[in-house]
Amino acid sequence: MRRRYLALRVVSEQPVSQRDITSAFWNTLLQLFGEYGASQVGFGLIDYNPQKGEAIVRCSHKALEMVRASIASITEINEKPATLHVIGVSGTLRALRKKALS
Amino acid sequence: MRKFVDLHLCPSIENLDQVENMVKKSSELGYHIVGISLPPDIKRDEISQLQKICRDSKTDLVTRVDFTPKTRRELLNNLRRFRRRFEVISVICTSKTIARQAAKDRRVDILSFPSTDPRGRFFDDAEAELASKALSSFEIDITLLLSSKGFSRVRLLSCLRKEVAIAKKFRVPVVISSGATCEHLMRGPHDYASLAFLFNVTPSLALRALSEDPLAMVERNRGKLSPDYVVEGVRIIRRKNDCLDV
Repeated sequence: MRRRYLALRVVSEQPVSQRDITSAFWNTLLQLFGEYGASQVGFGLIDYNPQKGEAIVRCSHKALEMVRASIASITEINEKPATLHVIGVSGTLRALRKKALS
Repeated sequence: MRKFVDLHLCPSIENLDQVENMVKKSSELGYHIVGISLPPDIKRDEISQLQKICRDSKTDLVTRVDFTPKTRRELLNNLRRFRRRFEVISVICTSKTIARQAAKDRRVDILSFPSTDPRGRFFDDAEAELASKALSSFEIDITLLLSSKGFSRVRLLSCLRKEVAIAKKFRVPVVISSGATCEHLMRGPHDYASLAFLFNVTPSLALRALSEDPLAMVERNRGKLSPDYVVEGVRIIRRKNDCLDV
């Protein structure tokens, strides 16, 4: 299965854990695309640096638009205003790290 | 390189710190031109202050005013009074009469429908045909989508899907803007393009709605507001003192 890797910047007033990001993403994805859509996404959080507020997630290349739309729709994490910005997308982790997180 | 435009930032004008933060954030997110919704009675020095804030953040300010007229006459009066003072004029259509009048008036740049209720949105075939002739654009504020939830979001997405199809059919330019009142509701242009996927807008059309279409509108209006503009297709290229003696 071809994948896409996305680098994200997490902007929040309070500290956010890896689990918070994952659950906020799944909640939004389920709201927007339902269980059928969510089953096609192949989402996974690969890396998260809470100090820098940067995360790397993975998804199926066919579901990239769904994932990007879900990420952009997140307006709160733990009932506090928060935003996730996609800062780069790539087909390999190495290229993503070079392009977006260097 | 593509120049991205966010034509609708709605910070509180009295709070200059908020304006500065939002403009800075826009610049970080990759926008070159930002439109700030201003009160019609704003003073020139207040606009200069905003222009300075934008210049410091390396963005270009577009002065914009939003009218919410209750009657046709009020709309016409507002257009007569303020058209030459602002670069972009948007009309928030709260009734069918206002929507029709705004769509056929060439002084209106943007038609905005803020309701999530299908009965409160009037962008149908007739409206699109008028808008297409008058070169008005149909605006989609993404904040409306971000801040709505549940059934209201479902209805909004359904309306937007229909309206975008109508706009495409009648070649009415679509402008996607943030409508953000705070930094948390601001997103980058590519994030907006991916949100537009929710109402069947292709990525290329979405990026055009965030760059070329609003940019064309701003440039057209700046040309018209310039002192060298005479009528469409005619402008002064040299004045008396600049002319060569023949």
